[in-house]
Amino acid sequence: MKRIIVRKDSYYDSVVLMSISAEVKKIEGVKEAVVAMGTEMNLDLLQDMGFSGSELESSGPNDLIIALEAEADEALTQAERAVGELLRKKSSGGGESTYRPVDLNSAVKLLPDANLVVISLPGAYAAREARKALLAGLHVMLFSDNVAVEQEVQLKQLAAERGLLMMGPDCGTAMINGMPICFANVVRRGDIGLISAAGTGLQEVACSIEKNGGGVSQGIGTGGRDLKNERVGGIMVRMAAEALGEDPETKVIAVVSKPPAQAVIPEVMKTLEATGKPCVVHFIGAEHAGAERARGPEHPGAQGDARHDTIRYAASLEETARMAVALSRDERYEPYVFDWSEDEIDGIVQRESAEIAPDQKYLRGLFAGGTLTDEAVFALHEPLGGVYSLDPVDPEFELADPQRSVGHTIVDLGEDVFTVGRPHPMIDASIRTERIEREAVDPEVAVLLIDCVIGYSSHPDPAGAMLPALRDARERARRRGGYLAVVGSVTGTAGDSQNIDVQRSKLESVGCVVMPSNYQAVKLVERIMARRAG
Amino acid sequence: MKVDRITELFTQELKVINMGLETFAENLSELGVQTQQVEWRPPAGGDPEVLELFERLEANTTLDIEAANAEAVSRIQEGKPTLVDIGVASEVVPGMHKKLILHAGPPVEWNDMAGPLRGAVIGGLIYEGLANDAAEAEKLAASGEIEFDPCHHHDAVGPMAGVVTASMPVWIVENQRFGNRAFCTLNEGLGKVLRYGAYSQEVIDRLNWMADELAPILRKALELRGPIDIKNIIAQMLQMGDEGHNRLRAGTSLMIRELAPYLVMLDEPKEKLSRILTFMHENDHFTLNITMPACKSVIDAARDIEGSSLIVAMARNGTEFGIRISGLGDRWFTGPASVVDGLYLPGFTADDAARDIGDSVITETTGIGGFAMAAAPAIVKFVGGTPQDAITFTRRMYDITVAENDTYQIPAMDFRGTPTGIDVRKIVETGTLPAINTGIAHKDPGVGMVGAGLVKPPENCFRDAFTAFVECYTKGAMS
Repeated sequence: MKRIIVRKDSYYDSVVLMSISAEVKKIEGVKEAVVAMGTEMNLDLLQDMGFSGSELESSGPNDLIIALEAEADEALTQAERAVGELLRKKSSGGGESTYRPVDLNSAVKLLPDANLVVISLPGAYAAREARKALLAGLHVMLFSDNVAVEQEVQLKQLAAERGLLMMGPDCGTAMINGMPICFANVVRRGDIGLISAAGTGLQEVACSIEKNGGGVSQGIGTGGRDLKNERVGGIMVRMAAEALGEDPETKVIAVVSKPPAQAVIPEVMKTLEATGKPCVVHFIGAEHAGAERARGPEHPGAQGDARHDTIRYAASLEETARMAVALSRDERYEPYVFDWSEDEIDGIVQRESAEIAPDQKYLRGLFAGGTLTDEAVFALHEPLGGVYSLDPVDPEFELADPQRSVGHTIVDLGEDVFTVGRPHPMIDASIRTERIEREAVDPEVAVLLIDCVIGYSSHPDPAGAMLPALRDARERARRRGGYLAVVGSVTGTAGDSQNIDVQRSKLESVGCVVMPSNYQAVKLVERIMARRAG
Repeated sequence: MKVDRITELFTQELKVINMGLETFAENLSELGVQTQQVEWRPPAGGDPEVLELFERLEANTTLDIEAANAEAVSRIQEGKPTLVDIGVASEVVPGMHKKLILHAGPPVEWNDMAGPLRGAVIGGLIYEGLANDAAEAEKLAASGEIEFDPCHHHDAVGPMAGVVTASMPVWIVENQRFGNRAFCTLNEGLGKVLRYGAYSQEVIDRLNWMADELAPILRKALELRGPIDIKNIIAQMLQMGDEGHNRLRAGTSLMIRELAPYLVMLDEPKEKLSRILTFMHENDHFTLNITMPACKSVIDAARDIEGSSLIVAMARNGTEFGIRISGLGDRWFTGPASVVDGLYLPGFTADDAARDIGDSVITETTGIGGFAMAAAPAIVKFVGGTPQDAITFTRRMYDITVAENDTYQIPAMDFRGTPTGIDVRKIVETGTLPAINTGIAHKDPGVGMVGAGLVKPPENCFRDAFTAFVECYTKGAMS
């Protein structure tokens, strides 16, 4: 059966009507639905479809025609009601769609005075986007890894030509104008300019500066290869140094990196000297040679050449911060390791080593931070007679199976081999908790060394996430008649949303010894291991 | 080393574009830093071969594509399309002759023609008196005696089937900045019309009336009025709710306003003048056949610029969709014409639809039509239903264009210029295809229009064009 309704002088756009017709036709039992203006063409069409009647004949282009055909009366009524509703329907009913630019050029149009591009795309595409950003005159923070050395060299040369920052690739942290870029902590602003090859190195130094009462002017990440790879040649470290040299807000410059390629060192030193500002340099793993040289002039400025006047070497990430803060305050720096008294430290060592069973022989270090891992491996390799890792001091101690610890082992769980298809352990705590569970069943483990990096982008509660696994591991050791010492540190500040004090308390609640820095944790482990053996 | 930009950064307010993990932007936003997240996608869907092509192209530092594109787009901006006259195709269209039939889209042979185009060819042959009925016309078309050629090869464009024959009257639009001309037939109205493949006596009668009465009288009125600045008309249309391709209600009203005072001054019977004004009034698409040659005359000035990756033609013949690139001369790059995603006239469904057809996509090529969707709220049903959807739709087109039009503006977007100058590189890189509005023809010859909607052009033609562009410009020389 058919029904025709004519609404006189009701104009609707034909496109609206076509969509209503389509909607109504979907109603069960409705065979035909035409909602259209009474134009001549539409009237002809309706006639062809078998609709007729005097109402049609008398209607014109300004009249809305609703022509319905259905099997039963109910369906017709339902269809008529549906047409009414659809015609009344307010525009807000539509899907609210939002626009986001799909490439850099369009993004620049929306944010015309953008000055920094942060790129964390897959490595295969990242370099090209970084290049586009540099060509557009924008500074770049390239978080992505898996970018070829050749590409890094090209990007940094381009950045040098244009006088732009090209931080990274594989750069996890920067602090520009007091703002945290990627993984970074809430640190007060001050007059110490930081240049760091890697992420957690920068975080650890910045947090130590905060703890020691100093502040950071700028934190520039360069990526791990900047100094280490001869072809990159320290371009970004040098540019950063020069810029910090010119920056009136920066009084002291600190540089943290793994040992540079030999060929790169002279240029870098020359650049640092040329700033005329006091500089603290820490090459992780080269601290012996470096420290000797650094300690040479006991009274800076008294005598000697420019180098000895302005550049000193620190022995750890923490010492880098301490020296920089001293320089910023024009104070003399006296080296020391522990924040706490020798008695206190000795008490802790005594307590933590006393119940370790004789067959518990080994250290296992499970880290989320790459630079913190390096610091631990380099500091403990010699005293422990060799530490296995993925990036060992001595190639003989390369860990054969990354998933299985042997002897003394320290692993960076952020290495690619662990993160295939899953987030970095600084974001996803499960990589480490699973590993803790595995170490817990090994009766030969005496000491567990951990880090806990908080701040922007990190896990919202990394300490909390580790607690069940740590508690269980200690319990298992106890049940075996031994004792598992857990030593760690928290890289962060009280300003971080996770809060360093809260994180510390959580770790302490399961018996973890939480030291004031990664270096102090490492040094405490050295003492515990020595006491255990003795 | 030069570090002044870095020290400058230290004194600036940090403003960050973020590509990748959104947390990084969210952290900064919380601290009050202005950020813009990019919805990045791997170039060409992550195809390593295409990525390699980009690398090859970008390694050629002697080639300045940006400069070439800037030149091309400045020619588009400077174009001044002006309606100057109406003529007869055989007299004004270059190369036109009695046995030549022009059609929409890239080249296509009779055997490969889709229903609507075949119908229009049949109608065209009957109209020209070369055949008496459909059977004769089909025989003649297949005989090889008739030459077929794209409108685009003759400075012309045609909506839908786009068939132009020797005796048809054509609008003449001149780009007064560069002196080139473009041609297009007069619009026949909706329903059973030649451009949708209809060829019944009614269709032929109307064509005859158009040639005998409509065109000569409009020509006289135009002569009396003097040339009409179409750039100005299009700019006004966009302010009045038209996008220039699927909605031309305002534009047609404007054309009536331009011509009516001069029509009534002519020494013609009232009945004829009334018939002409009524014909224009009843056909919202009357002005499409003026915006199309206007766009054609403008974009033709941007052709053949060495090193330019801008698209200077998009067109469909019902079988294939084709494009041309400024820096690649006369070559067409084609892919299969798509099925239109549309809304249908009463009594028709998607099963009745022919594949995408027509030169009207010249409007999008020049920065109006689907690219100006946000200007036409009345037809937002095509793009999701709300004016906000239409704005999003237009915004996406800025991702694949190099400039914003300095004359065509969109009120709802704070009078932002329409996205102008489509860069084939950007299409391949972002995977964003040009947004095209279009009418839908019935798949069988002789039925006519069945609906309207949006068409997704075939991706491969852009990729092929880009590949050819890279090949051409990484060999060091353009022939």
